[in-house]
Amino acid sequence: MAQEQQRPYNQGEIRYLTPLSVDNRKKKYCRFKRSGIKYIDYKDPEFLKKFLNEQGKILPRRITGTSLKFQRRVAKAVKRARHLALLPYVTDLMK
Amino acid sequence: MNKYETVFILTPVLSDDQMKETVEKFKKVLTDNGGNIENEENWGLRKLAYPIENKNTGFYTLIEFEGEPTIVNKLETAYRRDEKVIRFLTFRLDKYAAEYAIKRRAVRQAKLEERAAQEAAAQEAPAAVEAPVAETNEETNE
Repeated sequence: MAQEQQRPYNQGEIRYLTPLSVDNRKKKYCRFKRSGIKYIDYKDPEFLKKFLNEQGKILPRRITGTSLKFQRRVAKAVKRARHLALLPYVTDLMK
Repeated sequence: MNKYETVFILTPVLSDDQMKETVEKFKKVLTDNGGNIENEENWGLRKLAYPIENKNTGFYTLIEFEGEPTIVNKLETAYRRDEKVIRFLTFRLDKYAAEYAIKRRAVRQAKLEERAAQEAAAQEAPAAVEAPVAETNEETNE
């Protein structure tokens, strides 16, 4: 009897006081669609930095939530900015 | 007729006069080939994000123009022939880009005017500022 009662603890099961809410995350959205931006300017490196990681790589849509249409335009703008040395091709600690 | 936008970077070793001369040269290439210059911006000496030809700075110039597609080739040939140009980019503006360019021009114009107004105010201000300072000094002396 004593062994049966102890079993849950022996299995290393983690117990939470409040039930975990799994789908608590904020819904991602495309900022261009929401704010009605139609053209992404390559001349504004500060704005484009929002779509880059510390190494200067373009962040995936999965993370930024940008729609496919605007992701293509972001990529194009970033690449133009890189060509004109407004943004680096490779770097460390950009932010 | 299409609308185009071109940006080019000139070497930082040039003097201001040489830089302006070179910009004029490219503008002439555009106008000679039936182009119509709509806007020109000089961003001045800027730091490059990475070294190009062992240089860390460059003079940026932006020109928006209208013209036949053949003009782009002529302009880019002129860029390639000129050693003073270290980087260039030319592309056609679509309708959204054209809209944005017009808005950007207006914003820029407003900013320039504001700065000019501030400078004018700053020139007038010293006379106005001196008077209150003198008054407060008197008060503290009492």
